[in-house]
Amino acid sequence: MTHALLEAADLRRHYKVRAGRGPFSAKATLRAVDGVSLKIEAGRTLGLVGESGCGKSTTGKLVLGLIPTTAGTVRYAGNDMPPAGSTAWRALRPRMQMVYQDPLGALDRRLPVGVQIMEPLAIHGQASLAERRERAAEVMTAVGLQRHQFDRYPHELSGGQRQRVVLARALMTEPDLLVCDEPISALDVSIQAQVVNLLLDLQERMGIAYLFISHDLRVVRQVSHEVAVMYLGRIVEQGEAESLFAQPAHPYTRALISAIPVLGPRRKRLLLQGDPPNPVDVPSGCAFHTRCPFAVAQCRAQTPVLRPLADGRQVACHRVDEPALQVAA
Amino acid sequence: MTVPLVEIAGLTVDFGNDGRSRAVDGVDLSIAPGEALGIVGESGSGKSVTWLAALGLLPARARVGGSVRLEGRQLVGAPVRLLESVRGKRIAMIFQDPSSCLNPVHRIGRQLGEALKLHRGLGGATAETEALRLLDQVGIADAKRRLGDYPHQLSGGLNQRIMIAMALAGQPDLLVADEPTTALDATIQAQILALLAGIRRDTGMALVLISHDLGVVAENVNRVAVMYAGRLVEEGLGQDLFGAARHPYTQGLLAALPTLTGPRRHLAAIPGAVPEPGKAPAGCSFAPRCPLAEPRCMSEPPASRRVGLLHRAACHLQIEPGFSAWNLPKAAE
Repeated sequence: MTHALLEAADLRRHYKVRAGRGPFSAKATLRAVDGVSLKIEAGRTLGLVGESGCGKSTTGKLVLGLIPTTAGTVRYAGNDMPPAGSTAWRALRPRMQMVYQDPLGALDRRLPVGVQIMEPLAIHGQASLAERRERAAEVMTAVGLQRHQFDRYPHELSGGQRQRVVLARALMTEPDLLVCDEPISALDVSIQAQVVNLLLDLQERMGIAYLFISHDLRVVRQVSHEVAVMYLGRIVEQGEAESLFAQPAHPYTRALISAIPVLGPRRKRLLLQGDPPNPVDVPSGCAFHTRCPFAVAQCRAQTPVLRPLADGRQVACHRVDEPALQVAA
Repeated sequence: MTVPLVEIAGLTVDFGNDGRSRAVDGVDLSIAPGEALGIVGESGSGKSVTWLAALGLLPARARVGGSVRLEGRQLVGAPVRLLESVRGKRIAMIFQDPSSCLNPVHRIGRQLGEALKLHRGLGGATAETEALRLLDQVGIADAKRRLGDYPHQLSGGLNQRIMIAMALAGQPDLLVADEPTTALDATIQAQILALLAGIRRDTGMALVLISHDLGVVAENVNRVAVMYAGRLVEEGLGQDLFGAARHPYTQGLLAALPTLTGPRRHLAAIPGAVPEPGKAPAGCSFAPRCPLAEPRCMSEPPASRRVGLLHRAACHLQIEPGFSAWNLPKAAE
């Protein structure tokens, strides 16, 4: 195959907001996503990481067309994504599904889970009721649910089982792409491992591609082939997962990775000062310069673009090539 | 050994009208002055309830049994007056979500002032000076302006710093931090944990750090207790517990954790889920999920045994250090 399964170029999503409080304060633009390009190959996983408010969930919704883009294009299997809501888009939707963080919020509490698992086929007008039932039973087995749980209600299941139901529902239409938005953040550690293993197993068996959105870097490393790191609506570093985690190039990636508490001997930590800036009032130049320990005058004035490193990784930092930065690491 | 600051013995907590929903089931723990103890466990393991019970903060329908002693004085069933002199002044507690613990309609300064008046009887200019000092201690720049702010004007990280400042207002001997960084972003979590470590170094205060994140606990405390379904399953020094865990549950938690370095490996997932309160099995509560469970594990609750220096585990099996239940072929299924 020559085309990537999903290719997004220069995605932007801006919101008009009030800068201050009250209805008469000045208008401002919140750049939730500001020029994000990404590519997912069939059967592969792109991990999207960043702190809350960096635009990673918005990016996930943009690539599926769940919210309109301000600018930018999305191509699916080599063709332009049809406008959201059109017949062509609806015909494409079974191919890509979304899995949310909170399984209880994503399920209808008043319907047995089996009915909810069958629903995507009903919506997309595929198969008779008997076929839907059969397919639901198959998918439930695939995600590790028991057949007798078909008639259970969401509140009767544990958190891990509910997330399996959400996954089963997403798998009903045999999608090529799953956008998983923090799929395991609401689960306990021992249950997280169950769901992570299930996701990896499903990918191996069915060749599904994932856009895996998470703030948990350990889990992202576990599941991803490629990783993109977002900060205030932009990708600051993107590349092959193994090398990105082993040798983060962007100071923000480095800080994120060094912030993860570890069990083994402690490493030297790159502790950032302050909070991420307000996305309505993004700093000039490199948005990270206000918290970056390596920032120089150029960082305040000029916005860095993503540039390839020798190993094929893309990094948006003015000082990435400087030896001084590498020594400080 | 030094005299413990807090000694919990046989603590039980029952919820529900029939009292059959046991959330905490015979916990024994002690904390020395100035010590940092981590409590690890999944949701519903009773790690928070233990401390809420110790401070008498549970609703009336909860029945608390056993004993919690603060320097020898019994806190379980103690009169409200005694508890009020303990809460905040001797033992302070901070919680996961700072913005829901702060009063949204009062300014930060007023809320801090209230804590200072209650615990230290400070008022007026003295209280303000002390409030500014506390904000400075928790690393808040521009403290004077912050006193006039409302909680919603501050970020989650700043609000957690305010909560820590309020907890420090009573100059407690022990700070119980219940998932203090769970609601925060990774870089902010690192800041808050560094702050707590710094305060402990400066004041000699003891710390109980409750978390579901083994990494957070490993980096910030000397001794760790692991809870499962209301019971303490293993307790030991950090390096022993994480390097040579003896209880299959602790081993399972470690094997389930993806790493940041080294080759990627298949995660060992503990099958099943934590039993609901009151539905714990008769024997060892972990038996239904344990790859090593024997018939007696189902019927007999295991007693806590000493397995090394300051290292205890509650398991019928004598698991050797280095042996992991989760490397067995049976566990891989």
